[in-house]
Amino acid sequence: MSLKKDNKIREPSQKYKQKKDVILETQKLTKKFGGLIAVNNFDLKVKQGEISTLIGPNGAGKTTVFNVVTGIYPADGGKVIFKGENLNGYKPHEIAAKGIARTFQNIRLFSKMTCLENVMSGQHCRCSAGIWSSIFKTSKQREEERKIREIAESRLKQVGLWEYRDMLAKNIPYGSQRMLEIARALATNPDLLIFDEPSSGLNEEESDNLMKFLRTLLKEGLPILLIEHDMNVVMGISDWITVMDEGKKIAEGPPKDIYNNPLVIEAYLGKEEE
Amino acid sequence: MKKNIVIFIIVAVALCIFPFVASTYLVDVVFFFGIYTLLGLSLNIILGEVGLFDLGHAAFYAVGAYTTAILNTRLGIPIFVLLPISGIAAAAFAWLVCSPIIHLRGDYLCIVTIGMGEIVRIALLNDPGGLTGGPNGVFGIERPILGGPLVIESSIAFYFLIWIIVGLSIFALVRLQNSRIGRAWNCIREDEVAAEATGIDVRSLKLLCFILGAGLAGIAGNVYASKMMCVSPESFTFMDSCMYFCIVLLGGSGSIPGTIIGAGAISLFPEIFRSLAKYRMLFFGVAMVAMMYFRPGGLWPRKRGGLGSK
Repeated sequence: MSLKKDNKIREPSQKYKQKKDVILETQKLTKKFGGLIAVNNFDLKVKQGEISTLIGPNGAGKTTVFNVVTGIYPADGGKVIFKGENLNGYKPHEIAAKGIARTFQNIRLFSKMTCLENVMSGQHCRCSAGIWSSIFKTSKQREEERKIREIAESRLKQVGLWEYRDMLAKNIPYGSQRMLEIARALATNPDLLIFDEPSSGLNEEESDNLMKFLRTLLKEGLPILLIEHDMNVVMGISDWITVMDEGKKIAEGPPKDIYNNPLVIEAYLGKEEE
Repeated sequence: MKKNIVIFIIVAVALCIFPFVASTYLVDVVFFFGIYTLLGLSLNIILGEVGLFDLGHAAFYAVGAYTTAILNTRLGIPIFVLLPISGIAAAAFAWLVCSPIIHLRGDYLCIVTIGMGEIVRIALLNDPGGLTGGPNGVFGIERPILGGPLVIESSIAFYFLIWIIVGLSIFALVRLQNSRIGRAWNCIREDEVAAEATGIDVRSLKLLCFILGAGLAGIAGNVYASKMMCVSPESFTFMDSCMYFCIVLLGGSGSIPGTIIGAGAISLFPEIFRSLAKYRMLFFGVAMVAMMYFRPGGLWPRKRGGLGSK
């Protein structure tokens, strides 16, 4: 039994490789939890070849935006447009297969599997071997397994975790776990990477290395959407910043505009008393 | 890996010689060890690989056994033809019943599967359409006929039948474990949300594990029905489901050798300590508590790793 009909291994699409093309866009995105409007008519754009960052105080709805974009929550209004296609109504695994890979704020690895297996799982949606071809080890299945392993190994080396390949994911250091999660996201051959606070819990050096690593990913042609708390990190790496507060967009622009924007300062530090 | 193959060959040779030196009674005991192994392996797919709590596994076993019993006694279809049909019937039943409940998590799914197991048992007791024979069950089931005079009738023949099926299942399951499907199952067990976000179709794969596990249990039901020549609802109680659960947990969930050891412990110990039969449940209880304390991963947990090429 084959779970997936089209067994073509998808290459990252060339169509949206042009710099400045908008690859992901949310239009009037709205998400409510009961009476609480977590995201309110929110517009966001991510352009090809750029690192876009979403910032905002705690509880502004940043992670909710991510969860709606990646299909974990259905949107209550508005659209999520990725590569020209409306993603509303797709399941998370279908969205992953369309080329959006993500990491989580609190690391979510497959903790009792080895690091290599963790990264190999990223290739799942690019392969098609079913039960029978796995049991009888058809030549196509073996070829697929070889390719899965090749991609996983190269991604693991890319994030510098090759030495940990046979260790269980729960047994490696915290900083490495973050990198492993990124490697797993990369192994899905994505067109867009979404990272939810990748530097949280990392020390300054680790966080610097991470930001350098993100820059190298851009050179691969991978646009990145970040949620980030650390202002120094945000200002240092972002090409474009969107600021969110109470579910709404309050500002957007290149880092230096945001830095001096009074609305942003107010959202973060509060209004000065008269 | 080499060590495992050596162990496997030794065990296989021992299993081949065993029935010719042991008494018929012992051969029968090891036959039931085989049945329990097959049931353990089938539940291991669901509980061990994917981590879904299925406490109604006896229902799938019952569907397989009753499919064989009814079709054989009513329509005279040979047992061997019914072997795959029983598997397919149990798998189809699992698909039908589990489709609407597959999204439930942990304890909720557990409760629904308990309900499913009880409904099947009570339905069999109530003799729907005069088919299942109520509490008496169905009897007069034939022996499997291979063709001509080759009939599987003796204990030794049944012994080989079940262990060949177990051997083939182990072969298939080991390959599945090391494939894309097996890895995805393990991912779902570890973290469902992350699995989904990584591009794994959680729903279909969960359903697939139920279908496969039920199919294997259905096949076990077929062999059981033709060995006993009769089936009755009391073989498929909630306690039986619990027993299969114990097999998997005792051996180490997700571990194939562990499941075999667990099945051995559950099926052989009551025979060895027959004089203490009254204390059987006490023994199980103590064994489970002791195991959870000393070896929470099971007697033979699965070892991972050794995948990297260099």
